[in-house]
Amino acid sequence: MSKNTASATSSLRGKKVLQFAGRLAALVAVYLFFAILTPGNKGFTTDANTQLMLQDIAVVAMCAIGMTMVIIAGGIDLSAGSVIALAMITTASVLNLGPANAKLVIAHPVAMPILALAAAVGVSTLVGLFNGLLVTSLRLVPFIVTLGTMQMARGLCKLIAQEQNIYPPSAVRELWIAKLLAPAKTLLTPPFLPPAVWLVIVAAVCAALFLRFTRLGRHIFAIGSNEKTAVLCGVPVVRTKLAVYMISGLFSGLAGVIFFARLGGIGQPTEAIGYELFVIAAAVIGGASLLGGRGTILGTMIGALIITILRNGGVKMGWPQYVQEIVMGAVIIVAVAIDNLRNRKRR
Amino acid sequence: MRGVQKRFGATYALKGVELNVQAGSVHALIGENGAGKSTLMKTLSGAYKADAGEMVLGGKPYVPRDPLHARSLGVCMIYQELALAPHLSVMENILLGIEPTRGPLLNWAEMKSISRRALDEVGLPSVAPETPVESLSIAEQQLVEIARAVAVGCKILVLDEPTSSLTQKDVQNLFALVRRLKEKGVAVVYISHALEEVEALCDRFTVMRDGETVGHGEVGEVPVDKIISMMVGRDVHDLYPRSPRTPGEQILDLKNVGGSRLPLDASLTIHRGEVMGIAGLIGAGRTEMLRAVFGLDPVKNGTVTLGTHSGSASPGRRWEQGLGLVSEDRKMEGLAQNLSIAENLTLSKLDGLGPWRFVLPSRQVAASAPWIKAIPIKCQSAEQPVEDLSGGNQQKVAIARLLHHDCDVLLLDEPTRGIDVGSKAQIYALIDQLALGNPASGRQPKAILVVSSYLPELLGICDRIAVMSRGVLGNARPVAEWTEHTLMVEATGQTSND
Repeated sequence: MSKNTASATSSLRGKKVLQFAGRLAALVAVYLFFAILTPGNKGFTTDANTQLMLQDIAVVAMCAIGMTMVIIAGGIDLSAGSVIALAMITTASVLNLGPANAKLVIAHPVAMPILALAAAVGVSTLVGLFNGLLVTSLRLVPFIVTLGTMQMARGLCKLIAQEQNIYPPSAVRELWIAKLLAPAKTLLTPPFLPPAVWLVIVAAVCAALFLRFTRLGRHIFAIGSNEKTAVLCGVPVVRTKLAVYMISGLFSGLAGVIFFARLGGIGQPTEAIGYELFVIAAAVIGGASLLGGRGTILGTMIGALIITILRNGGVKMGWPQYVQEIVMGAVIIVAVAIDNLRNRKRR
Repeated sequence: MRGVQKRFGATYALKGVELNVQAGSVHALIGENGAGKSTLMKTLSGAYKADAGEMVLGGKPYVPRDPLHARSLGVCMIYQELALAPHLSVMENILLGIEPTRGPLLNWAEMKSISRRALDEVGLPSVAPETPVESLSIAEQQLVEIARAVAVGCKILVLDEPTSSLTQKDVQNLFALVRRLKEKGVAVVYISHALEEVEALCDRFTVMRDGETVGHGEVGEVPVDKIISMMVGRDVHDLYPRSPRTPGEQILDLKNVGGSRLPLDASLTIHRGEVMGIAGLIGAGRTEMLRAVFGLDPVKNGTVTLGTHSGSASPGRRWEQGLGLVSEDRKMEGLAQNLSIAENLTLSKLDGLGPWRFVLPSRQVAASAPWIKAIPIKCQSAEQPVEDLSGGNQQKVAIARLLHHDCDVLLLDEPTRGIDVGSKAQIYALIDQLALGNPASGRQPKAILVVSSYLPELLGICDRIAVMSRGVLGNARPVAEWTEHTLMVEATGQTSND
């Protein structure tokens, strides 16, 4: 290959590295902003607060992995927040099975949580399948379909939980599933991070590799970039879309199980409301295009960090709720505007 | 209009056009696709600005700022693709942009009465002004567009290929309306390449070719033959390589194929090592035929036989059976614009580019490299997004996809539309090589089906040509038996006895 071609390839790579560096710089800037400006006694940078942020990040980031894939495929999944809650409620109610003195949980300290996890992820994936079927067979707009299933999944939560919080027996709190977010002793000693954060990291790496190195992954990009081209090229569009929405459900389900741990091992049917917006924002800040065909898992992970730091930092700064909301909204718009400008300049 | 010029970048779309239209007459503007008719009319209606030349309307210099301004000066344009808001009512459409108001409010009563009068005038007395446009037929919608022109008292009415989607009866209605408008003193510019329509309706004509006016006269005084030679009069030079080749085994066979709307009836047999051309007017059903054969649209009648496979199939199956399609619309359909060249080129066939169901990007790039070099596609690297390339190079990527897939039969729909001459020449050379095959490297001759509206190209590269006219495909005949004249005669539906 000629030298010219090689240098062009490296300039394309360079552009990608530059984009990534830009996001990373934004992340560092946001972190430093709060680290420097937060009054010392509120402790934005303390270990305790960092652990707290890690717990929040785990939920948003896990869910955002699936959302990124849906967005790359040119869709959207507004049901994500409700599905997180549904998975959390499912986990809680499976662990709450049997007589009140928790014989089942005590007798099967490993099997029961696994059963709960499987049930939660299974239910969530089914919701994803339902979304996918509506989008593909009825040819409805994903925004509307998932707006509907968002409400339905929320209703299902309340139905399962009988409109009350579910408090599984106290033995549940000692199970591994409730300790997914148990903090490491310090951030400098193994295992450094809570188990759920490790889980997110592993999932993110797998998802990134999946998108880049599998046929299904390439098909997702093709459908999002130009569905007609995908049809023309014989890509199984319906099957791929079904898979994408199921994957989104699956990751929302995993996020829901983590959320169960985040709440200390109880199920609250009215939690995680509006989470889909944080998750979508994470993907968009990370460079995913709502028009489809563009997005990366790594970018989304940075987006999830930025979103979580903003939320936590705002609290630590003592900003009123409304200021936090305005700042969050502004950051999302600015992030997308910058991306847009950069893409326009390329032409 | 005198000496009107229009440039796009370095390309002259119009290079000196003279057009003289009189009030109370119907003036035909004829020419092949791409001759510059539409560009000229867009200049007239204010959508484009002329770079040179002058336009005079009713004795005064005429410089339209934009289409609305042109409309207020009495120049109205009806495009082939109707420009109506389907969800709005007829009267809202008729008065869009010039709504009568009473203070800050819309004057609905006046809107209704103006629309009523305009609708009566164009022959739609049964359509209520409140009707939503989407509930009307195409022919009625077209009349609503004309009513829109009538409502502002237009002096010049431009109709761009108005009959392309009309039935015979609707065409007669339209003609009657045009004649009525003419009697009222409206100057009508009628753009068409269907010569029988021109003969039936128009008083005078102007012929355009390659952005210039090449002739004009009175309809009826100049013989049709002469008009056709004016339209196509051009030499075929060695832009078109054609190696001697002999057709091999039969590979694609259509028997009385009919689609859901078009085509009506298409029969055709193609062999390996053969380049088959399909001529015809836009809207005749050529693209629809390719889409039905390829499985993008349903086959309603007849049978498609591809090699040993008979019957219809999905695009995915067609690829597997060795059939590939290059879409006429590379922007909207042919290519995923923000994905890389390698991604687009390998999309239909990702297997073999990694173990199991994995796809290695490095292998995608490696698989694309030989084609980028051979065709050649001018780009910085295979990882460059397709949207960065010129139209010609994008088209080459779309064709290269079929080569990567190693299709036996290539369906090329308008493969050279809107691309530069250099790229055209490369694509012609490529088609020639593919049809010839290469026994040394074990590459079998391909069968290639080219749909094109550019006659010199078809005559230059094809072995046989068939003409599609109003959904029916005529007999394929060797290229030597065709001339641009006879192709045009058959495409425009004239009966030829010579």
